[in-house]
Amino acid sequence: MRSKRKRRFIIACLLPAFVLFTVFMVYPTISIFMMSLYKWGGLSANKSFVGLNNFKILFKDANFIKSFQNSIFLIVVVTLVTMTLAIFFAAVLTREKVKGQNFFRIIFYIPNILSVSVIASIFSAIYEPQRGLLNGLFRLFRPDTWTNIQFTGNQKLVVYSIAFALIWQAIGYYMVMYMSSMAQIPNHIYEASGIDGAGRFRQFIDITLPLSWDTVRTTLTFYVISNINISFQLVNIMTQGGPDGASHVFLSYMYNQAYNNSSYGYGLALGVVVFIFSFGLSALINLVTKRDTIQY
Amino acid sequence: MNKETGRLYKAFIYLCLIILAISIIVPVSWVFMASLKANSEFQGNPWTLPASIMWSNYLKAWRDAGMGDYFFNSVITTSLGLIILLVVSIPCAYVLSRMEFKGRKFLTRYLKSGLFVNISYIVIPIFLMLLAWNRKIGKPIFTNNLFVLATIYAATAIPFTVYLLSNYFRSISKTYEEAAYIDGAGYFKTMVDIMVPMAKPSIITIILFNFLAFWNEYIMALTLLTDTKKTLPVGLVSLMQSQRAAANYGPMYAGLVIVMLPTLILYMMVQRRLTDAMMVGGDKG
Repeated sequence: MRSKRKRRFIIACLLPAFVLFTVFMVYPTISIFMMSLYKWGGLSANKSFVGLNNFKILFKDANFIKSFQNSIFLIVVVTLVTMTLAIFFAAVLTREKVKGQNFFRIIFYIPNILSVSVIASIFSAIYEPQRGLLNGLFRLFRPDTWTNIQFTGNQKLVVYSIAFALIWQAIGYYMVMYMSSMAQIPNHIYEASGIDGAGRFRQFIDITLPLSWDTVRTTLTFYVISNINISFQLVNIMTQGGPDGASHVFLSYMYNQAYNNSSYGYGLALGVVVFIFSFGLSALINLVTKRDTIQY
Repeated sequence: MNKETGRLYKAFIYLCLIILAISIIVPVSWVFMASLKANSEFQGNPWTLPASIMWSNYLKAWRDAGMGDYFFNSVITTSLGLIILLVVSIPCAYVLSRMEFKGRKFLTRYLKSGLFVNISYIVIPIFLMLLAWNRKIGKPIFTNNLFVLATIYAATAIPFTVYLLSNYFRSISKTYEEAAYIDGAGYFKTMVDIMVPMAKPSIITIILFNFLAFWNEYIMALTLLTDTKKTLPVGLVSLMQSQRAAANYGPMYAGLVIVMLPTLILYMMVQRRLTDAMMVGGDKG
């Protein structure tokens, strides 16, 4: 009697969550893989099976290769810069006696609570050639000779402009993560090494970094996924991949192919490549950063 | 380290901290300032203060540019999404973390795999799926539907939410359930009257995190709401585009403030709780 009631209770509790999860997350994920094998306009019913043909076209597509390069650049450079800065600021705010520590912590976290569309709008205001904050600032120093920089209108500059926004957005979040793991390192280790004559830099290399390495590892793998996601949304709002396709990243190109070009099958083939790529990269990062966990 | 380099080092640290702080404070407060400027003031130097305070920019953004309507759409979608998420996730997390049954490990893992799936990857397949449902029924009811959008928000938040809640439930002692059982309470009563109140701190954390996520969500709302029914972040982007084309800068920045302000106020109220909870929950991507 009781076991029957227990079973009914368990099923009633689990069913809604698992149905929603399966319908809106698992099924769509699987269907990316299935639909990538079709040539399909999306809205019409005529769908033709083309096997791996979409993938063959993909690797000859110059625009895709450009978006691939951009994505890799953003993942590698932005990750390195963001992580380095986040670790630096976290170490400073946990280890040093800094006045206004709380103030800095609160301010640095603000970009993380803003919507991507707000961040994109703020950076559009910063980058605008005529009325933008940055050009306005430079003009203050050189009122007569300054020529406006096209931060998002220049094919060579646009990726760096996006990179800057990504770094700005992410530093605070990861800093807070690292601060929490660094705060757990017992103080007596630092005291002992201080007596042994280790300076701040030595302490950072020999104590702080190795003892928070586990957190760094986990955040690295997650950062790849969130970087792909946020860079897509920023590009989608700020440049739509322009000028002339120079700022497309993986997912913005996928979105573009699906909606503007109405080739859903092709777009989703791109999605499959991104999916496999990001998982491969996460696995690689995991492997490369593997160290024995240090106990304290 | 001698005194001289010690002082240089301190100065360097403060310089770095202040530069980063300025890079965040200045653009954000500049937006507030720009939202109060008259249109003619955008012609000159962007760094000048507004000559007179144009509250009418807000009226224009709220009423004429539809930000008021978008605001209510966002309120409806966010609160509906939160309600669905809580109703569905709390029992699921409770059962997965507190009850013994066959297949529990598998189900936990299955749900956890969702932590790696990002909304941006699956937005197109979800859109196509909803279109197919529309076709089957013969009416376009699944797209342009705030309730459907809220359900999808809730669904995509389930893995993270259940993961975080389960961790919390697991830390509560078993004796409470045993006592309730002796008192004759059923499973449902035990969960609702005893366990849920105890998990309150963790439930509040979940509400905060997901409020920010739902309120700020852009790409799903952009794709699934194709007519004039928009949420704030999507409305903001179309406002930026249309007002820039019309050189209407004041209302454009007023719109930006309307999107930004609720999250900033919430953050200022609960920032401790939000950043502390991050350590418990780990990353949500």
